[in-house]
Amino acid sequence: MVSTTLTIRHPAGLHARPAAQFVKTAARFPCKITVRKLNSEKPPANAKSPLSVLTLGVNQGDSVEIIAEGEQAQEAVDALVELVQSNFGEPAAAHS
Amino acid sequence: MPRYQGLPASPGIAIGPALVYRTQKVTFTEQRVDDPRAEWRQLQQAIQKAHTQLTALEERARKMAGDEEAAIFEAHRLFLDDEELLAKLRTMVLEDRLNAKAAVHHAFEQYAEALLSLEEEYFQARAQDLRDVAQRVMKCLEGEGDNPSVENTPEPVILVAEDLTPSDTIRFDREQILGIVTARGGPTSHSAILARAMGVPAVASAPFDLSDIRSGTLAILNGSTGLFNVGPTLHELEVARKEKEEWEARRQAELSQAELPAVTKDGAFRAEVVANIGSIEDAESAIRFGAEGVGLFRTEFLYLQRSSMPTITEQVRVYKRVFEVMGERPVVVRTLDIGGDKEVPYLGTEKEPNPFLGWRAIRMIRERPDVLENQFTALLQAAGQVTAEGTHCDLRIMLPMVSSVAEVERAREVYEEARTALQAQGKPLPAKVQFGIMVEVPSAALLADHFAPLVDFFSIGTNDLTQYTLAVDRTNERVSVLASPYHPAVLRLIEMTIKAAHAHGKWVGLCGELAGDPLAVPLLVGLRLDEFSMAPSSIPTIKDLIRQWSLKGAEEVARECLRFSLAADVIEYLKGQTPR
Repeated sequence: MVSTTLTIRHPAGLHARPAAQFVKTAARFPCKITVRKLNSEKPPANAKSPLSVLTLGVNQGDSVEIIAEGEQAQEAVDALVELVQSNFGEPAAAHS
Repeated sequence: MPRYQGLPASPGIAIGPALVYRTQKVTFTEQRVDDPRAEWRQLQQAIQKAHTQLTALEERARKMAGDEEAAIFEAHRLFLDDEELLAKLRTMVLEDRLNAKAAVHHAFEQYAEALLSLEEEYFQARAQDLRDVAQRVMKCLEGEGDNPSVENTPEPVILVAEDLTPSDTIRFDREQILGIVTARGGPTSHSAILARAMGVPAVASAPFDLSDIRSGTLAILNGSTGLFNVGPTLHELEVARKEKEEWEARRQAELSQAELPAVTKDGAFRAEVVANIGSIEDAESAIRFGAEGVGLFRTEFLYLQRSSMPTITEQVRVYKRVFEVMGERPVVVRTLDIGGDKEVPYLGTEKEPNPFLGWRAIRMIRERPDVLENQFTALLQAAGQVTAEGTHCDLRIMLPMVSSVAEVERAREVYEEARTALQAQGKPLPAKVQFGIMVEVPSAALLADHFAPLVDFFSIGTNDLTQYTLAVDRTNERVSVLASPYHPAVLRLIEMTIKAAHAHGKWVGLCGELAGDPLAVPLLVGLRLDEFSMAPSSIPTIKDLIRQWSLKGAEEVARECLRFSLAADVIEYLKGQTPR
């Protein structure tokens, strides 16, 4: 089992495009991956399910815990961390 | 001849027959099935069919409206692929032996409810999307044909509906729809976004009862003002036709010139031409039309159609996005302007006999200082964060409906408290924030010399200033013709306000409809109005007109205008003036 904790910096949180990217990335790996919103009572969500990720209601500034279990667990977590840290592939400072 | 005032959702004017559109909801009864395997196979086929339909709709939306709109249907498709949802459906049908329609309803509804509990508008809209997809699957279960697009109407119509899903909106061809009006929804709902992308005028939240409107009745829809007029008089029709023509001409105004500043031809005067906005999208459109900033950011949308106060975090997110779009351009944010004309239970607004003379806007500060304090906090935080990220955010806060100096003093205290609290928490703050008021109550105009030292700027709200000065209810059609901002009494108040501000070295903006009226340009330039704030699409025209005048010529026009005693004479005179 591999796990890590991350803070979502993207202004849209884990909704809209970032949520879709997140799910798409998770779906590339065979292992079971869950994402849990820290400081909330919501149960962990299946990271490969857009609806489950969306209903977590993760906003900008919220922290999440990602847990992967099974084949390629480490690779999956690494890929998700990279996605979040790259601000979902968008430049960090917004256009001005 | 009922007239309904709704929310402007997509600019432009439509004149034509109404078409009452009722969404046909699939109904179902819940039952246990004998052959769950067969039921599951049918459901899988229906999902596959819905999938195919959505792919077609996505393509149609891309052609009709663009990539962003196509993404709506792409998202719908993603919902259908959701493995958790499919697992739920599978269990319901195969193990619980539920019929397919009931399973679809329950599975989608579970997620829709979860999204609705998140309260923010974004999730509310996603919940509607889910229900839209659920309906689609149920229709496929009923074996609806494969061609989900295109309704046929003999002539182009104004579409009148309770509410429209994106799937409903896209059923029509652009050529068939003159305009769209819905009883529910807001300017940020999908159908409004689609309407804007398709360039179709639209009004949302118009308070009509669908059963009162008959298909075929001639109607006028003004997507810029939010007015929906069913069965207009000949006179109204004539006015609307003219407005429509003007609007279309404006639209074609050279966008290439929009970026250039509005300097009079003699170089003696430069006006700042900025936008009135009510959403993030408006901000984007403001930039496209060459706005030099935002002169009025209406924040009511954050507070409407919900059951509790928007949290500070939620507000920060919206403000930040607007600030990010506007960059270092000034953004004048008007604090909450709501009263008894809107039902907002958590704020404690009540039905009042005279909501426009009642408990509204800045007057809430005595009972509910928390509302304003939260808004100040959120605005400062958002501007502070954007500044800390390297863009100097030029935030300007503006109080609506001020009638007494005491209100400004009290609001300042609340503002300072909010600022000090943030400072104590070590939060980044914007360098300089201007603090100003709307001048829309005659007492504020008359005492402008007393208000000027207390503020950084004034912004004249001519719509309300006219209504309050002339004692005319703008929404009452029997007297609304009397409500002209060209009334010399209103013009004198505008002049007084500008003079008092300039004497104290303060600037003055104008954010009523007058600012975007081509007729008023020489008058307002002549009065040396510093900032013109209007609907984004008007900006190119007004900038162009300002450039055609000299300051001297405009001043002559303004002087003449102030001599008349009748609004009609002022208008008549202005119509006769050509740039000089």
